[in-house]
Formats: sequence, structure tokens, C-alpha cells
Amino acid sequence: MKVAITSTGAGLSSEVDPRFGRAAYFIIYDTDSGEFEAIDNSENAAGAGGVGVKSGQLMVDKGVEWVITGSVGPNAFQVLSSAGIKIAPGASGKVADAIEDFKAGKLSETSSATAKSHTGLQ
Amino acid sequence: MSKTIAIASGKGGTGKTTFAVNLFAVVDEPVTLIDCDVEEPNCHLFLQTEPEKTERFSVLLPEVNFDKCTGCRRCAEVCRYNAMVVIDKKPMLFEELCHNCGGCARQCPQEAIKEVPKEVATINIATWRDKKFVYGLLDIGQARSSPVIDYLRKNFSNTDDGYTLIDCPPGTACPAVESVRGVDLLVLITEPTPFGINDLELAIKMGKALGLKQAVIVNRADLGAGDVKALCERYDVPIIGEIGFDKEIAKAYSQGKIISDVIESFRNICEGIWQRICELASETEEIKQ
Ligand code: SF4
Ligand code: SF4
Repeated sequence: MKVAITSTGAGLSSEVDPRFGRAAYFIIYDTDSGEFEAIDNSENAAGAGGVGVKSGQLMVDKGVEWVITGSVGPNAFQVLSSAGIKIAPGASGKVADAIEDFKAGKLSETSSATAKSHTGLQ
Repeated sequence: MSKTIAIASGKGGTGKTTFAVNLFAVVDEPVTLIDCDVEEPNCHLFLQTEPEKTERFSVLLPEVNFDKCTGCRRCAEVCRYNAMVVIDKKPMLFEELCHNCGGCARQCPQEAIKEVPKEVATINIATWRDKKFVYGLLDIGQARSSPVIDYLRKNFSNTDDGYTLIDCPPGTACPAVESVRGVDLLVLITEPTPFGINDLELAIKMGKALGLKQAVIVNRADLGAGDVKALCERYDVPIIGEIGFDKEIAKAYSQGKIISDVIESFRNICEGIWQRICELASETEEIKQ
């Protein structure tokens, strides 16, 4: 299964980026093989609007099943949930630790947006 | 030459509308007042006037014909505003992000997208003491002010030898920017409180970024206008009026009166401010030439 973790950097030892739409990187991690891919999201993250939607579309295109992040806004939530992608907010610390927490079932799914529009902008 | 003057403030509650309405009241020349705060217009409450005419305002929104759509994703790729996503080959529109540009409809290889008008606001046209007054009101649930503001300014600004006064939405976000863009003078109303000064600086920076000539009016100057003066000096923005707290003014305000109608000293202040505004606005013309 593929999961995406929002990250401040391109490696597993980077810190989790608390923002979804404006995350600096997405780490796409395969829980079966342990392999991962880092996607630079900085161009989108600097955009003016619809950033959460665009990041959400990227998750859909990458075929991830879970998004692990700090918080997620309403538009991104709508895109992700429409595509059946589950969201585990409240993650922090290193990406590798977030993955371990996720595997251990310590991160749970949210059924609603956890941030207001534009919070990632402040 | 017609002149457009925007009355704005970095935050709400600084007396912006009071000044917009009272300046509107004291001007002798032909003048039109446009209330561009289409989320929460309130000039009409001060002027206590009913619209003579109302119009519905629509924007064009893309509508997908799913029978024709192949899910190719072109629409999502061309949308500069990220308003369109394609999930499981089905396009999905985020209305509040859509800028109504029609790009997706033009680019769809299947011609599956049609642009459909959607009513989003009401435009109210009124006359007050022989002066034209226009305001818009977004429908409940609508989030995008900019197209309405744009329409109001394009269609109702005074084109003859007169003035257009714009009461702007508070803040420095898109609706405020849309309301002040290209005006001859941006007049900022502030209060000398720490928050007020902070917001004033943001507003001045917005004006500078848009290349606008600016001026400041200090309301509640009795609180001590020193810090505002220092800030305005730093940015080279003139202060064209200072008004202290006055019981009589507060009373007239609370009774819903046009203050300049009932308090002569306040009317004199407004007339003085208006004169400065005219001087500054005409200098803009010289610079432009
Ligand atoms: S561009 Fe047209 S055909 Fe392609 S996904 Fe969008 S609506 Fe469908
Ligand atoms: S009309 Fe323009 S802004 Fe709206 S979805 Fe289409 S391309 Fe995007």
C-alpha cells in the first residue's frame, strides 16, 4: 500500500510538514517494499490559491491510499475523500517515526477537515 | 478628468464607512459612491436609502457533460487556479476557486464543457440627494467578491468630470486589492492603537505595491497619533485629517444621522479633507502625464 507523508525535506529523516496543501515535499512510501519517492511540491506550495486541491490531485494521481500529515483544509479534504483516500492528521516529528506510528496503528483517520481554508498561508 | 478615490482601512471598525458617507455628503461636484464591500455593505444603512433599481449579477461557471467527457484531464491541467480536479476520470469543479476564465471550456478536446451563468450577487442602484450611489451584495454562501467588485467599478464609476468614491472592504486581501487597483488616491482610515498601526502598515504596503498615491486620516486621534505620524513619515504618506473622540459625534452616529448634517465642526473637517483629497488626486494626473 502506498502512503504519502507531508515532509519538510526529501528524506525519511526530515520533519513532517504540518501543512498538507503547502507541504514542501510529499514522501510517497510503499509499506510493502519499504521503498519511497520524494516529490518536490515547492512550486505548488508557493501558489496563490487552490493549493490544497492541486496537492490533493497529486495524491490521486500517485495512487496513494493514506495521507499522513499535520492538518488538512476543506478543499483538500474534499478531493482526497472523493477519491477514497484516507487522511491521518496530527502527525509530527520525523517522517520515519510517523511511518512507524502509522504502521503501529497509532494514527487514526479523520472524517472532516482539520484546518480552515488558507491556514497554511500564515 | 474624472477621479477615483478609494476609502479603505487595514481592518474593520476604524470609521471607514463613516468617512466615506460623510465625504459623499459634503462633496459639491458630481460624485458617485460605490460600496465595494460586497460581503457586508453598510453605506446604505447610513444613507438610509432604498435602491431604485436592482440587477442580478452572474458569473460563468464551467459545467461538464459527462456523456461527452472522456476523463482526459486536460481541464484540470489548464486551470491556472486549480479549480478543477479529475478523480476517477470525473472532473470536479471547486466553484469558489474558479475565476470564470473559460479556459477549460475552450481547451476541452471533447467540447464537453459548457459555460453556464450562475447568479451570485445583487447590484443595487440608488440616488441619494441627487447623487448616485451603488452597492453590491453577494448571495449567501458565495465567497468570491472580486468579479462583483470589478463589475461595479467598470459599470458605475463616474466617467464625466466628476468623482467616484469607493468604500472598500476592510483588510488587504483580494477584495480590497480589487477595490483600490488603479485609483487616483487611496485614503486610509486608521486608529492609533497598536493593532490599528500594524494594520495601517499592511495597508500602506498594499498601496505601495500597487503603485498608488496614498493619504491617511487618523480617527480617534485623541488616543495619541504620534506612532501613526512616525509610520506615515517613514513611508512618506501625508496625514490629511485627524479627528478626536467627541461626544456629540458619537451621539449623532448612534442616532443614525449623517454626522456632517448635524455637526458643523465635523462638516468643516470633512470639507477640509475633501479639499486635500482633490489636491492630491489632481497631482496624480500631473505625474501620469
Ligand atoms: S478536458 Fe473535457 S474531456 Fe477532458 S476531462 Fe475535462 S471535461 Fe472531460
Ligand atoms: S473557467 Fe477557468 S478558472 Fe474556472 S475551472 Fe475553468 S479554467 Fe479553471
